[in-house]
Amino acid sequence: MTTTESDPNAVSITINGREVTARKGDLIIKAAEDAGEYIPRFCYHERMSSVGMCRMCLVEVDTGRGPQLMPSCMFPVSPGMAVFTDSPTSKAAQEGIIELLLAQHPLDCPVCDKGGECPLQDQSFSHGPGESRYVEEKRHYEKPIPISDLVFLDRERCILCDRCTRFADEVAGDALIQFTHRGNLTQVNTFPDEPFASYFSGNTVQICPVGALTAKPYRFKARPWDLEETESTCTTCSVGCSVAVQSTRDEIVRLQGVDSDPVNWGWLCDRGRFNFEAVNSGDRLGTPLVLTEQGHLATSWNSALDSVRQLLDDALAAGGPSSIAVLGGARGTNEDAFAWARLAHDVLGTPNVSAQMADGLPVGVLGLERATIDQAASATTVILLGPDLKEELPVLYLRLRDAAEKKRTRIIEFTPKASGLTRNAWRTVFYEPGLQDDAVASALQQTDIAEQLATGEVVIIAGRANLAESSAPTVAALVALTAALPNAKVLPALRRGNVVGALQVGLRPGAGGLDSIGILAAAAAGKVECLVLLGADPLSDVPDADLARRALAGAARIIAIDTFATDSNRLAHVVLPAAAFAEKSGTTTNLEGRVTRVAQKVTVHGTARPDWMIAAEIATRLGTDLGFGSVADVTRAINENVDGYEGVNDDSLAAAVDGVIAVSQTIDPINAPLVRFGDRNAYDFRLIVSRTMYDAAVGTQHSPSLADLGVGTAIHVHPLDVARIGSAVGSEVKVTSSRATLVLALTTNDSVQRGTAWVPFNQPGGARIGDLIDIDASVTDVRIESL
Amino acid sequence: MSRLTEDNVRVALEIIGRYPKARSATIPLLHLAQQQDGYVTNDAIQHIGELVGSTSAEVFGTATFYEMFKFEPVGKYLVNICATLSCALMGADQLMHHAEHVLGIKAGSTTADGMFTLEHAECQAACTEAPTLQVNYRYRFNVTNETFDELIADLRAGRLNDEIPGHGTVARIRQRIPADRAVGAQAPDDVTTAPIWMATPLSAEGAST
Amino acid sequence: MSTATTYAHTPGFYSGDRPEIVTSRFRYDDSYTIERFLATEGYEGLKAALARPATAIHEEVKNATVLGRGGAGFPAGTKWGLTPPGVFPRYLVVNGDESEPGTYKDRLLMERDPHQLIEGCLIACYAAGLSQCFLYIRGEMALAQERVATALNEAYAAGYIGKNILGTDFSVDMVLHWGAGAYVVGEETALIESLEGNRGMPRLKPPFFPAAIGLYGKPTIVNNVETLANLPWLLCHGADEYVKIGTPTSPGTRMVAVSGHVKRPGVFEIVNGTTTFRDLIYGDEFCQGIRNGNELKAFVPGGGSAPWFIADQLDLPFEGRLVGAAGSMLGSGAIMVMDDTTDIPAAALTLTRFYAHESCGKCAPCREGGTWLMRILERVVAGIGTSRDLDQLYEVGETICPGAFPHASSTALDIPAVPFPYKMTTICFVGPSAYAPIHSALTLFRDEFEAKIVKRTFIPVTAVGAGQ
Ligand SMILES: Cc1cc2nc3c(=O)[nH]c(=O)nc-3n(C[C@H](O)[C@H](O)[C@H](O)COP(=O)(O)O)c2cc1C
Ligand code: SF4
Ligand code: FES
Repeated sequence: MTTTESDPNAVSITINGREVTARKGDLIIKAAEDAGEYIPRFCYHERMSSVGMCRMCLVEVDTGRGPQLMPSCMFPVSPGMAVFTDSPTSKAAQEGIIELLLAQHPLDCPVCDKGGECPLQDQSFSHGPGESRYVEEKRHYEKPIPISDLVFLDRERCILCDRCTRFADEVAGDALIQFTHRGNLTQVNTFPDEPFASYFSGNTVQICPVGALTAKPYRFKARPWDLEETESTCTTCSVGCSVAVQSTRDEIVRLQGVDSDPVNWGWLCDRGRFNFEAVNSGDRLGTPLVLTEQGHLATSWNSALDSVRQLLDDALAAGGPSSIAVLGGARGTNEDAFAWARLAHDVLGTPNVSAQMADGLPVGVLGLERATIDQAASATTVILLGPDLKEELPVLYLRLRDAAEKKRTRIIEFTPKASGLTRNAWRTVFYEPGLQDDAVASALQQTDIAEQLATGEVVIIAGRANLAESSAPTVAALVALTAALPNAKVLPALRRGNVVGALQVGLRPGAGGLDSIGILAAAAAGKVECLVLLGADPLSDVPDADLARRALAGAARIIAIDTFATDSNRLAHVVLPAAAFAEKSGTTTNLEGRVTRVAQKVTVHGTARPDWMIAAEIATRLGTDLGFGSVADVTRAINENVDGYEGVNDDSLAAAVDGVIAVSQTIDPINAPLVRFGDRNAYDFRLIVSRTMYDAAVGTQHSPSLADLGVGTAIHVHPLDVARIGSAVGSEVKVTSSRATLVLALTTNDSVQRGTAWVPFNQPGGARIGDLIDIDASVTDVRIESL
Repeated sequence: MSRLTEDNVRVALEIIGRYPKARSATIPLLHLAQQQDGYVTNDAIQHIGELVGSTSAEVFGTATFYEMFKFEPVGKYLVNICATLSCALMGADQLMHHAEHVLGIKAGSTTADGMFTLEHAECQAACTEAPTLQVNYRYRFNVTNETFDELIADLRAGRLNDEIPGHGTVARIRQRIPADRAVGAQAPDDVTTAPIWMATPLSAEGAST
Repeated sequence: MSTATTYAHTPGFYSGDRPEIVTSRFRYDDSYTIERFLATEGYEGLKAALARPATAIHEEVKNATVLGRGGAGFPAGTKWGLTPPGVFPRYLVVNGDESEPGTYKDRLLMERDPHQLIEGCLIACYAAGLSQCFLYIRGEMALAQERVATALNEAYAAGYIGKNILGTDFSVDMVLHWGAGAYVVGEETALIESLEGNRGMPRLKPPFFPAAIGLYGKPTIVNNVETLANLPWLLCHGADEYVKIGTPTSPGTRMVAVSGHVKRPGVFEIVNGTTTFRDLIYGDEFCQGIRNGNELKAFVPGGGSAPWFIADQLDLPFEGRLVGAAGSMLGSGAIMVMDDTTDIPAAALTLTRFYAHESCGKCAPCREGGTWLMRILERVVAGIGTSRDLDQLYEVGETICPGAFPHASSTALDIPAVPFPYKMTTICFVGPSAYAPIHSALTLFRDEFEAKIVKRTFIPVTAVGAGQ
């Protein structure tokens, strides 16, 4: 009671006669739940606006004017309010609704994916009348119909709760499914020939309170009661969404979003949700391989590790420690990265280590004052200077979209090309690739923008918007921004799952060491005696394809640790099979620096091993005991040795559901590079190359449900620029850069600005757009000509 | 299957311009599309979505909610016979049976020659003149079998072409707001202050009620 | 001897020697032209209003307690006062979606005297500080749309609408908007959804009271056509004159339509609060009794949603509270009369079918329950119902309206009235309205339902010519 007096946010009400203290603004349905009185519901969802549509949550509420039936999902608590969740009228209403909802609902629970975890089923038992008096003909629809490549809809099962449609419109911003028709004929559907092509469609399946929406990868795969589940973190991108990994018979069958308040609010993107298929893929590497005259041959770990030792010894003998380079490690755990950092820096003694793939930003970006996702989503202003978040960090996109939609935050976007957030941006400043620092400088001069930036907290989200230019122009703009806004915090928009963790725990250049570009250049120049590819696939990840090819050709020795055979490790002298997501446990660090657990759910494929263990074994073979007997040892070592991770240990991780923030304090902030441009010819188009959610990435290509969803390779120009190219849309054109000439299909795209051309990066089967890109040039200009 | 013609796009933009938010013009534009093609085509729905800034699915969801929008061709004349209480009390059922007999179709279908579509309608706000019907939303009151037959004959013979346009056209007179008189619609969030004529605010008593 | 007169150009309308507040121009066949309007006190009310401060006009309207004519009967002046102080912009949305079964008045007012409506809107906008007005006219009313469009064009040209009206700094745009056929859109929050380009699905009140959170989330006044049509007269003659007509609780006049089995169905502007149902149905001035000298069986006093009355209630005056206490409501001023030849279950079915068909589909009880009621009743009417079906009708009704449901008293059956209101599990009144006719019919005429179940014969809804 004392709390009630002291706490201004406390509201005391009675629920079924019992005094309880609720929070001001709480909806009755939530207040009751917190007080242990569960009110049945279907349409209500904590992360979406209430619509009071299903009427399941009706309870009698007395606010002084006598008991009234009210949908408890629509009304906030008020002082002295009396709620009756089980009064005769409340019960009558709830039983009535259940009976009415079941009236049209087919009785196909035995063959329904939802059976066993179905709110309608459960609440019919807990709050239903027990028997139905409905004898009329039920509604009939063709069942089920595919509404997208990933989702099926069974309209007979649908109870019209408006959850999926609300999600699509309100949360994802893809209002592609809608209620159509009216009254008893109301149904959910798409526009006739426009599928529910949303990057977030899987969420609608998860929140559907019946089995109306089902996901292709899971349909008929398992029954809920056969599922085992463990909480983990999605490492597909660096947002690090909380997930529940569900398996049956030691095979992953489903990922469900878990509501982490500071991170994903329960949402996942479809790539993160469905690319577990790759873990189950039959193409996984299961045994070590050594290169022989006959190509790769399977071998034992023992001999493979001996060869590794041999290769490293030879390299040390031939060129000394700095002739060894380690590339990659951004897709593993903190433990994997730390063990490899120790091996590289301390055991092998090379400073040439990088977890990035020539497509990121200088490590110094992590030396800037770091923002959290929550800080970004509640800041007065967010400045976007980076990639299209909807494509690369999808759930961060959802959080920022929400911030803008709810008018908490104004987004100022600097971009060479309209992005997924352009619709929600308060200002969008289009710049010509390479000229972002000019754009920033002049924007800061504008009074309305200046005023806006002066009004409150500012968070800058920085990353690479264009792979066809060096990081220099972006860094220059970022430095200009941080100089102008000394109090602004920065959220690094680096993409790979644990890139921030890998860099922070040590997979970054040591004193005088080479970064990823330097490593590749050195290898190309024949200066690398041994190149270690730690889950790295330069041929598909490095923008400059020619550089990647020359590097792999020029490296005297290659050791690859990977989950799949790739073009890049096809010529490796030794390939060691690595444990994949859900096959190993440990911790990961998201872009905020938030450390959360990743958990093992299934046994590893074949004899694959986690990267950290491989590092430890190699160290041992080289005569050093890293002291890592278990993953816990490595976690402890990180806690004891890595700056920023002082607070990260088993106890704190166990205590903090949402993870522990670890931000490195000793990384020097980036400083402005000098940007030099080649001269641009008026006929040329300035090239933008950027990633889309679905591409030729290994994890996507080995997930059958996702493999075909890529946008495909084509050169996109502004509709008004087609004329000067003189070729018809859809026809093939010759695209020439200083590096090479490619033949690409021509298409138009409103989001592309005039004078620029966009090509999606690394698309399956497409021409290698990387051939056009020269990593040393600040920008890439191309000439587009008809054949 | 057609998008709005250039002329209709001009009309559409004029209509959109009257609303603080473009989406409000959705229903008027659907009527415009139906006036153009006799029914609402998918292309028109897409086009309207582009014009008001909604997805096709949103426009489709709105369109299918409303009785008057048809998504495949209907007869030149849509004959709606009211079936609600006042008309039912005065013989709407017999009238419908007669109509079905005369036109040789069941309610809800269209004659082979594409002239007539016959439908049950709900209360038409002419209850004292029951039974009533509408042909393309033009009224006929106290309809008897005889007057119904005459009506059909007149329509067939084109004697009512002046009074009754083909299906799709509802009002033939449009509102036009002269540019020099228009106040102009403002985005709701751009207005925050009381209009100037509100010299004094509403009485506190009024405001607090 | 009846002094009632009718005009070729106002089918169904009868004037008499009664006060004419909204129908005074109906006698002219060119009543809808601006010329006629200006020649008959047109826009005088607006001028009178503009001569005084907005707040004073608001007070004037409040003092006259102009009851809403759309169904809820809420005083217009009070409603305007519910807008949160200092929050702008505010909008006026005119509800011209008239589609409640039995209702026929707003269409006449729009077709015959559009300028009067426009003037009323202007007065409301001036008084309540509403900066834009949307006239939402039912989609099926082609003529009303054309007449209002013409009037708007005339009034804009003549300087009555738009920038600096009549040289003052009062400026407001009026936009004609059409519906497209959906009864529920008459409900004010659905009307707003529809006006925003959405499916016409009602919003929950609270929090979405239009006066606070309405069109585009801004304060919005939704008023019925007839309500607004009262304002010009009110401003010309003053609140004092206005309240002299009718009763203190129901001042002024009201448009009512009496349809069905009466000798002379018609639309009348009656004195509010005093005129009784007996006057209306039997009065010489009005409907002159039941057709063919038949007996009155039942009548719906306030539009299809209203529970039914029988002869016992004939002497009730047209007064909201009394009618509510007697177990029904005045609603939209629509009276539907059924004589003793009427097949009651079949009659009820036409209304239940209406509301089931017009459900927006948002609330499960209305979407599923309304159709379920209709299916059962269809069986009963078709003569293939079982006695179980009759209880079933009540049980399904209970899922829409738990607890006691209002109905009239009956001396014959010796049952007392159950007064308004009822509990409901739905957002708006469409759900309950599907049950209301069934409940009334079953309560007051259960024998007719049982007869069908036993005899399994089919009597057509109507009895045209019966007794002729
Ligand atoms: C289902 C339903 C249908 C309605 N239909 C109409 C209508 O057709 N016309 C109307 O003016 N009011 C209608 N109303 C009442 C409106 O919601 C609203 O109360 C009224 O327009 C307010 O105007 P007033 O205060 O001037 O009466 C309806 C209400 C409901 C619940
Ligand atoms: S009661 Fe019926 S019409 Fe009204 S909101 Fe609910 S479903 Fe829609
Ligand atoms: S949960 Fe409240 S109405 Fe659906």
